[in-house]
Amino acid sequence: MIPGQFDYVRPGTLDETLAILKDREGEAKLLSGGYSLLPLMKLRLAQPGLLVDLRDVSGLDQIVEKDDYLSIGAKATHRQIHEAPVIRDTYLVLHDITATIGDPQVRNWGTIGGSVAHADPASDWPALLLAANASIVCRGLAGDPHHLRVGENPAAASAAVRERVLPARGFFLDAFTTAIEPLEVLTEVRFPRRPRGQGGGWQKLERKVGDFATAGVAAVIRLDGDGRIEGAGIGVTGVSDSPFAATDAEAVLTGNAPSEDLFRQAGTAAGAQSRPVADVRGPVDYKRAMVAELTVRALRTALDRARAYA
Amino acid sequence: MTTHITVTVNGEAHQADVEPRLLLVHLLRDTLGLTGTHVGCDTSNCGACTVHVDGESAKSCTMLAVQADGRSIKTIEGMADGATLHPLQQAFWDQHGLQCGFCTPGMIMQAAWLLGENPDPSEEEIRWGISGNLCRCTGYVNIVKAIQQAAADMAAAAETQTGAQPVAAG
Repeated sequence: MIPGQFDYVRPGTLDETLAILKDREGEAKLLSGGYSLLPLMKLRLAQPGLLVDLRDVSGLDQIVEKDDYLSIGAKATHRQIHEAPVIRDTYLVLHDITATIGDPQVRNWGTIGGSVAHADPASDWPALLLAANASIVCRGLAGDPHHLRVGENPAAASAAVRERVLPARGFFLDAFTTAIEPLEVLTEVRFPRRPRGQGGGWQKLERKVGDFATAGVAAVIRLDGDGRIEGAGIGVTGVSDSPFAATDAEAVLTGNAPSEDLFRQAGTAAGAQSRPVADVRGPVDYKRAMVAELTVRALRTALDRARAYA
Repeated sequence: MTTHITVTVNGEAHQADVEPRLLLVHLLRDTLGLTGTHVGCDTSNCGACTVHVDGESAKSCTMLAVQADGRSIKTIEGMADGATLHPLQQAFWDQHGLQCGFCTPGMIMQAAWLLGENPDPSEEEIRWGISGNLCRCTGYVNIVKAIQQAAADMAAAAETQTGAQPVAAG
C-alpha cells in the first residue's frame, strides 16, 4: 500500500512550522514518528496535501520535573519516556504504559505528542492523561483569529507564539478529534508532580501484542494521612467513541477507605459508564466486564504504590 | 515533486530523488535493490520489514524514505562480514530458527537491536523483544533458541577480546 501524493517539508523551528501551517491551512498534517499517521495514509483514510516533519524542530523531547509538573516534550518517544530515570523511579505508571504501547519498533519511533494528537479511541496515553489530570500544551501564532483565548498563558501573550495549556479532561472530543486548533502544534504534555501518598496503575487487555486495546484502564489514587482515598482518577480507553474519565467510579472511591469491595464497586461503575460496541474483540457485556476487572486490578496496583510512597 | 535525500545504507552513502510518499522499504528494495528486507503485512504489524535506522529498529513499511534522509540504515545485507555470517545468522542456521524464512531478515534485525540493548536477555525478555515480529510458521521456539545461542556466542567473543587486554597491559 502506498499513500496518496503529498508535499513534504522539514522546517527547522517551531515558528517556521506555525507559519507553514497558516500558509497551507486545511491541508497540512504534522509528522513525528509516523506510526499513527502513515498507516492511515497508506489506507487512504488520511490524505493530507502536505506533511510537515517535526524532526528538525529542537527542544521538544525533554522529560524533566519542574516545580509543579512533570514536563514531557511532544517528540519524546514512548521508549525514551520508558527509560528516563525519573519515570522509572517515580512515575511508575508511565513506566508501565510505555511498555505496552504497540511493539518495540513502534515504541522506538512513536511519540507521546503524536499519539495524543492522533487521539485514536483505543490508544493508551489518553486514558492515563485523563486519570492523572494531565495537561496538554499547544502553541499557535499570536494574533491568529483561529486562536482561542481559553487557557491562554498571559506571560507568553507578548511573544510571537502563544501558548495554551488545556486540561486532558475536555481535550479528547471524539474519535480522532481533540481540542487542538488547526493552526496549533501540540508541544508538551504535563503531568502533575507526584505527591506523597499517590500511586497509579495501568491495565490493558489486547488480543495480541500491537493490537488495539480491547479495553484499557488507568487508575491514580491519592491517600490522606488516615489512609483514605482523598483523590481518584480513572481513565478508560477502547470502549467508547473517545477515551473518557470514569467519573462515576471516581465518585465511588473518593472519601472512602480503600478495600477490595470498594474497588469492585468502582469497577462496576466504570463498566457501566463505558459505551463499547460489539466487534471482533468481544460483545458489549464482555467488554463492560473487562473494564470492571481491569479497573479493580489497576486500583490494586495504584493502592500498593500509594502506600509505598507515603 | 521529488525530494533529494542522502541515506547511508550498510555503510555506503546513496543519493536519490524520491517522491515524498515513497516508503523506506521500497527505497531499499526497488531503488537500491536490497531485497533482503521483506514486505509482509504492509500494516506495521508483522515486522518482516524491520531495519535499523540510526541504530534503532524500525518498521520500514511505516517510515517514509524522506524521513531517513541524513540517517544511517542497516539491513540484513549489512550483517555478515564477507563470507562470515553474523553470530545471529549463524545461530538461526544452527538452531533451525527459520522454516519458510520470510520473517527471518526482520527477526534477525530485531534480535540484533535487542542484543545491542540487552546482551544477556532472559527467554521472556527475548519473547517481548521480538513481540513486534510475527512468524507465520510459528517457529518461535527455535527462533528464541537461536537468539539465546547468539547472545552466548557474542558474549563469549566479547570476553575473548576483553580478556586479552589485561595481558597486554602486563
